[in-house]
Amino acid sequence: MTFLELKNVGKSFSSANGRRAVLSGVNIGLAEGEFVAVVGYSGAGKTTLVSLIAGLDAPDEGDIRLEGRPVTGPGPDRGVVFQNYSLLPWMTVFENVFLAVEAVAPRLSRAEKIDRTRHFINMVKLESASNKKPHELSGGMRQRVAVARGLAMKPRVFLLDEPFSALDALTRATLQDELLRLWEENRQTVFMITNDVDEAILLADRILPLTKGPGATVGPAIPVDIPRPRSRRGLSLLPGYQRAKKRIVDFLLSGVPPADNGPGAGSEGGVQ
Amino acid sequence: MKKKVDPSPYLLPFVGLFFALFVWTLLSATVAKDLPSPYRTWTESKHYILHPFFKDGEMNQGLGRLAFYSLVRVVKGYALALLIGTPLGFLIGLSKKTSQMFDPLIQVLRPISPLAWLPLGLVIFQKSEPAALFTLALCAMWPTVLNTAVGVRSINPDFLNVGRVLKLSRWQMFRKIIVPASMPYVFIGWRLSLGIAWLVIVAAEMLTGSPGIGGFLWQEYNALVYSHILMSILTIGLIGFILDRLMGLLEKRFRTT
Ligand SMILES: Nc1ncnc2c1ncn2[C@@H]1O[C@H](COP(=O)(O)OP(=O)(O)OP(=O)(O)O)[C@@H](O)[C@H]1O
Ligand SMILES: [Mg+2]
Repeated sequence: MTFLELKNVGKSFSSANGRRAVLSGVNIGLAEGEFVAVVGYSGAGKTTLVSLIAGLDAPDEGDIRLEGRPVTGPGPDRGVVFQNYSLLPWMTVFENVFLAVEAVAPRLSRAEKIDRTRHFINMVKLESASNKKPHELSGGMRQRVAVARGLAMKPRVFLLDEPFSALDALTRATLQDELLRLWEENRQTVFMITNDVDEAILLADRILPLTKGPGATVGPAIPVDIPRPRSRRGLSLLPGYQRAKKRIVDFLLSGVPPADNGPGAGSEGGVQ
Repeated sequence: MKKKVDPSPYLLPFVGLFFALFVWTLLSATVAKDLPSPYRTWTESKHYILHPFFKDGEMNQGLGRLAFYSLVRVVKGYALALLIGTPLGFLIGLSKKTSQMFDPLIQVLRPISPLAWLPLGLVIFQKSEPAALFTLALCAMWPTVLNTAVGVRSINPDFLNVGRVLKLSRWQMFRKIIVPASMPYVFIGWRLSLGIAWLVIVAAEMLTGSPGIGGFLWQEYNALVYSHILMSILTIGLIGFILDRLMGLLEKRFRTT
């Protein structure tokens, strides 16, 4: 059984000049423990895709299933890191994470909740900023809080919407390395949106290119054949990197599916 | 290079003040002969200012006492306005149905002058004190109602999405997200409401003859002591200014950025 499955999903929004299809015919399948990245142009409908999986918005057509159960609304089994972090500005770092722990694990004792909150704040190395408000933090620190909050929910799937795109290149690289380390330790199912091809190759098992909208759809899955544990150093020299990059860039530039020349490629974003 | 401090922000208000005093003096010396000059106003009123807490009967009391009576009344009526206005604002902001139900009503009630409510209050309560509070609450609550509703409606949808992903209960959503997120607007409402409450209290005291700064003003008008009218007016303005500043400070302390 596919862990997370989108079948023929379509979504349109009404605008001044009629309805406009944002996504159409999107088919995606994720296996448990898999890291999948979606790359696409700005405005292609990436956030819309995340909202649909998160259940914050409903698709007009098709259906979305998590572990066989249809997604009908939002829930803590799908932890979301929003594109703009969405930390609650009136709460401290600790309170932001604690809110998530409290919401998903109401049965824990207070001490256990505090422990769990601390654990995830430490995991993203923010213990010293625990009592700060979001506006006192740098962009990178805010993003870490958002990641800690998402992880603290212990979701079945972790949905990341361009988590690092608002950061400078150095901070971005650091956080990518941290995410890579966290993921290789926990092997959580991750569905990440990004507009950075290198980021996708560094982190993901498979990459799904999103065609240019309107009516964007997911192209054939591009596997990343780079063994784990991975590291940024020397990554671009690996043949697996070069193959993946070429296929993604070809696809994004031409909009045409690339020739089927890799193992397991070609199926419409399905699980191999 | 030595940094020069521009003194004009501190000096210009005094220039404005002197200008006003000049116009006042000019008026009292020319067209309005009954209007006491600033100097006469001071000599005739200084007893009330320098001994703010003396009491020679119901209406003849120091400015401090008079202001205190008015402030107590304002606090009571204002509290009532917030107690009714804030929940009503949240209700209207949260539910489209309540908004449709109450919006037209609010638009009709809002422009009604305190002078119109007061007689109704007197008819209902038969006593001046509750009638004054009734008027105060009815006039002062609208900015709170409207700003709270606007605050709730303009909450960043991302904050609500955070609550939805966490599946917060309705109550948790309200307490942890909706209330704090709309607080900046609620505070604007509270501040405007306080301003109106202070406007209304003076009118209500004048009409009911209750002891307080407004009641005193009206009595001195009837007694033809014009300098005391001027003193009362200045006091009313000054207290209103201080109240607004205090609310401004409070707002800053609680601002969520
Ligand atoms: N609630 C909505 N109502 C109307 N149109 C919407 C809505 N949400 C998104 N859209 C439109 O759908 C399209 C895709 O938006 P979306 O935010 O999903 O893009 P994106 O790929 O995430 O872009 P970015 O890279 O800038 O984050 C845009 O043209 C946007 O205007
Ligand atoms: Mg987006």
